[in-house]
Amino acid sequence: MQCRSSVKTDICKEGYQMSENKETLKIVVVGHVDHGKSTVIGRLLYDTNSLPEGAIERVKRISKEKGKPFEYAYLLDAFEEEQKQGITIDTTQLQFFTKKRDYVIIDAPGHKEFLKNMISGAASAEAALLVIDAKEGIKEQSKRHGYILSLLGIQKVYVIVNKMDLIDYSEEKYHAIKEDFNIFLNTLQITPLDYIPISAFYGENIASYSHKMPWYKGKPILEAIDEIPKDKDISHKPLRFPIQDVYKFDSRRIIVGRIEAGTLKAGDEIQITPGNKTTRVKTIEAWTPKDQTDVAAAGQSVGITVADEFFNRRGEIISHRKDVPIISNRFRANIFWMGKTDLIMNKKYKIKLATAEVEAEVKSILKVIDASTLSGKEKALRVRINDVAEIIVETKEAVAFDEFRHSKATGRFVIVDGYDVAGGGIISRAEKAINLKGGFVKENYYLNSRIFEEYYYSVQDNSIKNVQTDNKLYYVGDEITTTGDTYVYPDSFDIIGIKDGMVVKIRNKIIEDILSLQDYTYNKLPLINARGFGIRVRNQEEFNQLIEERDDKTDNISKDVEFSNQWFSLNQYKHIKFSEDSVYIIEYNI
Amino acid sequence: MNHLDELEAESIYILREAYKKFGKLGMLWSIGKDSTVLMWLAKKAFYGYCPFPFIHVDTTYKIPQMIVYRDKIARELNLDLIVHTNEEAVKAGMGPDKGRLVCCRALKTDGLQQVVEKYEFEGLILGVRRDEEGSRSKERVFSERNKDYEWDYTNQPPELWDQFKTDFPKGNHIRVHPILHWNEIDVWEYILQENIPLIDLYFAKDGKRYRSLGCAPCTGTIESTASTVGEIIEELKHTKTSERAGRAQDQEDAYAMQKLRKDGYM
Ligand SMILES: Nc1nc2c(ncn2[C@@H]2O[C@H](COP(=O)(O)OP(=O)(O)O)[C@@H](O)[C@H]2O)c(=O)[nH]1
Ligand SMILES: [Mg+2]
Repeated sequence: MQCRSSVKTDICKEGYQMSENKETLKIVVVGHVDHGKSTVIGRLLYDTNSLPEGAIERVKRISKEKGKPFEYAYLLDAFEEEQKQGITIDTTQLQFFTKKRDYVIIDAPGHKEFLKNMISGAASAEAALLVIDAKEGIKEQSKRHGYILSLLGIQKVYVIVNKMDLIDYSEEKYHAIKEDFNIFLNTLQITPLDYIPISAFYGENIASYSHKMPWYKGKPILEAIDEIPKDKDISHKPLRFPIQDVYKFDSRRIIVGRIEAGTLKAGDEIQITPGNKTTRVKTIEAWTPKDQTDVAAAGQSVGITVADEFFNRRGEIISHRKDVPIISNRFRANIFWMGKTDLIMNKKYKIKLATAEVEAEVKSILKVIDASTLSGKEKALRVRINDVAEIIVETKEAVAFDEFRHSKATGRFVIVDGYDVAGGGIISRAEKAINLKGGFVKENYYLNSRIFEEYYYSVQDNSIKNVQTDNKLYYVGDEITTTGDTYVYPDSFDIIGIKDGMVVKIRNKIIEDILSLQDYTYNKLPLINARGFGIRVRNQEEFNQLIEERDDKTDNISKDVEFSNQWFSLNQYKHIKFSEDSVYIIEYNI
Repeated sequence: MNHLDELEAESIYILREAYKKFGKLGMLWSIGKDSTVLMWLAKKAFYGYCPFPFIHVDTTYKIPQMIVYRDKIARELNLDLIVHTNEEAVKAGMGPDKGRLVCCRALKTDGLQQVVEKYEFEGLILGVRRDEEGSRSKERVFSERNKDYEWDYTNQPPELWDQFKTDFPKGNHIRVHPILHWNEIDVWEYILQENIPLIDLYFAKDGKRYRSLGCAPCTGTIESTASTVGEIIEELKHTKTSERAGRAQDQEDAYAMQKLRKDGYM
């Protein structure tokens, strides 16, 4: 055997050879409660000799204490609550290996109440075993889990018909279940790899062929899983490199993140969306000499420097110019809901899509489906826990994304309600962008601006409110009104979008140009930020200082109180007026 | 990408998420192999810099060589290291003779709590792994602890597609587990591949070595002749004893770890 080329030879001399290109496959085991999921896994671990010493003895002891026969499930159900109640509450991952490859096997709970845990386990799997109790037959979660698998994009599924011992290993009953379930799976467009009749408890068709079921011509589980093909390598697909963060620990400005698809090379011409900036990759950075490289591909966590120093932000996606992601603020999606409170329309949620985080609302619930019966309801008003639905999402700002079938990692998202991830979804279709909040637009530049907001003190509820009265998009050449109810701007000034790194030049009330902050030179005209606050810059020196401090903080800047207090003046161009009626306030933005 | 590269890429992603999301972040360094690998991964993630402090909760019962090694490394690497001891408990005579779990609670759990409180940490990075024991096998990558440092393990939030729990009420904190998905052999293979320096207690001397490091009174050695990383991996591939078999606190009760960890133990 050869030494891995990247490993230094003296390490090889240590008398140990790294296993080369060990392949790992992640499989999740799903199905209705008590149908034997944990037992199947326990048995697989037992039969592959993967259990540490003492584990079997411990389970024997606990089983006996609880007055039960040997429970393989206790090998996985580690919590006291799980063992006491004989149920799986949360998902576990365990490892075992065959001659062919390594496996991570994920146990998922079958109880409806723990669907969120089932989804947490299943979401990272490449393949699934869907377990059905031969005696009980197809139940609610058999179907719901099947549906969730299809939503998560897990296509490689074996259906395991367990507890065959309870139906005397009957071929007839096995075929009846198979036919029934196939009808359901076909409606989900899932074609299972195969059905396997087993008895997990007695180890029939687990590691070796069962003599109890000579009529079954397929493989036992352990051999069947070795036949599951690995997902295709996605390093040849269009590049998707979502920006995770930007570091400036030294003179280098390193853009870091994980390449989700495709390949990135030093020298590549790249585009950064949704800001639509283009530049060239200068270097791929590494800490150890061993990791030095000019090429990086899907799956790698990397850091790059680029030729033009833009103000990049987390959430933007780097791609090659010829194949950019979709940019919009609306899309259609299939979602599953795990939230304690229902998903409703026009409520503000947070969406996390790749590394982007954006405020969003559900604009329409097209269809709600009970995943266990497939019965649907069109034009519903809410989505309840454990339901799946087709919805239209509208984000507050434009985001870069893909349709899920084209790119998994940039085509799915989670919905955060309050503090919790409450839903997940995959994007089925992009919708035309509308309702982008008012701002300034030029070709690829878009600066969301609040300079026309009015500020009122409501005497009714004794609080200050800001009101967006103008949601218009302005283009180069358009004229703006510099005087509102609560603001007075000069005729000529520059709007600096601190967070977005963009500038709008206003000359005699006309929009002269919209450009990137890096292409801007300070020209002594008054500076105003995107919310209409005066920026305390009087000369070139102060301007440089502003930019420097901004760069140090990148996208945390809007939340930085110290920075705001130092640089922004609330009342240089704006003042607050009393308003007797809070109803007058049509729409306010916090 | 080989198996170790995949593990590394995922861990780096997690570390970078933690750094992005938490203003007050610290990394627990126990001097053992797992947290040493973690430190290495942090250096990779942040290009040789380490933008947060390391924390060592010193029970005063640690194997003495560990403390010598800790101070040597801290000096050599110029680490921003916070060493904290629950002085009050130590003064009151706390020790394993008061009961192992009582002692772990006082010197480790409470000690850790005091550090979190003092520095107002929002995020703590720890080197726990799923294959260590049952309650860790059920962990999330970003795992919330409430104001009383408790882990609500029967009601964990969903975690999917690497979208981690980053929204939580003030006063709570998040335990971040970047090597949760690694196993013991992965750790050693990675140490070998990367040539990571390690404390020599792991290597056999006079037919004995430590497989897991902790406090002297509660940590046992194993019989072994493995004196290089390569030999250790070979040994582990053929052993059936569990990694923490030499850690006495785990053996106290069938659910000892679960109970300790529920209250904030690492
Ligand atoms: N007779 C019989 N019982 C089984 C078999 N597999 C599992 N069981 C029992 O079914 C019950 C539920 O199993 P468990 O693995 O916890 O189900 P899970 O909820 O799907 O994880 C346990 O009491 C098992 O012992 C089997 O093949 N035959
Ligand atoms: Mg189970």
